[in-house]
Amino acid sequence: MSTAAPAVGIPALASKGRVTQLRVAVSEWTKLHSLRSTRWSLVVAVILTIGLPCLFAAILSSRWGHLSPGERADHMRHPLEVATAGVNLSQLAIAVLGVLVITGEYSTGMIRSTFIAVPKRLPVLWAKTGVYALVVAALMVPSVLIGYFTSQAILNRHHILQVSLSHHGVARAVLGGALFLVLTGVFALGIGAIVRNTAGGIATFAAIFFVIPPLMNILPTSWNNAISQYLPSNAGRSVFALTHDAHSLRPLPGILLFAGYCAVALAIAAVLLVRRDT
Amino acid sequence: MIEARGLTKDYGPKRAVDDLTFTVKPGVVTGFLGPNGSGKSTTMRLALSLDGPTAGDVTVNGKHYRDHTAPLHEVGALLEARSVHTGRSAYNHLLALAQTHGIPRKRVDTLVDFVGLHDVARKRAGQFSLGMGQRLGIAAALLGDPATLLLDEPSNGLDPEGIHWIRNLLRSLAAEGRTVFVSSHLMSEMALTADHVIVIGRGKLIADMSVDEFVRMASGNAVRVRSPQAVKLSELVAGDGVIVASPEPGTLEIRGSTAEKIGETAAAHGIVLHELAGVQASLEEAFMELTRGEVEYKSGEEIAA
Repeated sequence: MSTAAPAVGIPALASKGRVTQLRVAVSEWTKLHSLRSTRWSLVVAVILTIGLPCLFAAILSSRWGHLSPGERADHMRHPLEVATAGVNLSQLAIAVLGVLVITGEYSTGMIRSTFIAVPKRLPVLWAKTGVYALVVAALMVPSVLIGYFTSQAILNRHHILQVSLSHHGVARAVLGGALFLVLTGVFALGIGAIVRNTAGGIATFAAIFFVIPPLMNILPTSWNNAISQYLPSNAGRSVFALTHDAHSLRPLPGILLFAGYCAVALAIAAVLLVRRDT
Repeated sequence: MIEARGLTKDYGPKRAVDDLTFTVKPGVVTGFLGPNGSGKSTTMRLALSLDGPTAGDVTVNGKHYRDHTAPLHEVGALLEARSVHTGRSAYNHLLALAQTHGIPRKRVDTLVDFVGLHDVARKRAGQFSLGMGQRLGIAAALLGDPATLLLDEPSNGLDPEGIHWIRNLLRSLAAEGRTVFVSSHLMSEMALTADHVIVIGRGKLIADMSVDEFVRMASGNAVRVRSPQAVKLSELVAGDGVIVASPEPGTLEIRGSTAEKIGETAAAHGIVLHELAGVQASLEEAFMELTRGEVEYKSGEEIAA
């Protein structure tokens, strides 16, 4: 800081506008892309979503000759699992960033500046959610398609596990991977807004997605079969699975239920956001 | 214009702000004084709808802050606590705030230059010194060309040149007819900057008056007299609410009377006076005098706890 600013003479502002939902969304877009953590998380998500299917395809291709008939049959029953392999890992990057989008503001104190500019607060929650969902969709729809086509191209050289996009349910499952990631981001953002703490938010998300589902195995089988399919992660995953057994939801009810969980998380966040002190 | 009526805020069992009623008028710099922990920052957070009051009410420019449709044009705020994302550049921080109101980029550039952050605007705010952080906060406060300014300890961390700058800035903002409400624990700073003071201690209102009145009230009309017959004079004027102290031989400090009365008494008794003058306490002394009880009470309570 070398220059001394003059004490007087701040120019007046010619025109004065109001806060609108669209303007808050533009502001949230600026906030999102101006942070390094955002760029890195999204780069990781893209690399995982595209890279893992390619890696799996390459490994399967080279090992195919050594696989037992049983193992081959197993892969052939779930031919799309190669193409959607990245979604299961990139969901973690998407979820962590979803939590950070809001908790990063609480940990740094930025939330006070945000709420001074938009004291009604709810437009901030809607803008953050909408902008983040659009960014994830814009990156993940191409990523899952590239992951599908490149992994299929690699497998095609060995003429194994070919699934056409026109085949029943394939396009839905491939694009469903992107939709699942969008909703995962929204769900994580809602949890971040409720918990307001980065570590707590990520831990809560991990508990719901990665800790509770395996714990269900402790329950009697009949209970587990009845309950597990309704957990957020399992309900959501049904949209990018090509086949469904008796104890998993169909794609449409599954993704609607997952969207319902997102709506509940956002609704709780909205109520708390307006009521709580900052 | 800021109006608080019966404003009260509890955090758990602790009452941070206790039945505050005051009005901050436009066109003057109003200092908001109180010892640390007296509730200044809480009052500002209540005025900005960051926290909700337990009881009572505070409005800014006639409305609750939350009800303004263009809050940045109504109120510019600088909070004591850091309120910037450390990973974002100063420029992008200001841009994101500006965009919520459709304020053009040009305005952001103007303010970056105005507060003297031109060379570091693209640096991440986490790398800023305290003084640079304050300048960024002041730029954010002025972004919307607001009618009212709420500034919590704006001179914190500024170098002498920066303090001089902020003092002139506050006075010129008030001269333009804006409401300027600025908290500080530096009384000497407020003496140079403020026209009016609101003093609180332990969340309660202690004083709400002009700086001149404040000093006069706290110093209690002391009159300083030098006389070779000081002892005789003190016997003549003492009593009936008049208190005489003698800080050194031949010098008296008389409270509860006026220079006129003392001069007339001296003349009537043929007493020679070498000096007869009203004494004014500094704002610092006046403040210490006023808040002493509050501060001591607090320390005692802390020891007991």
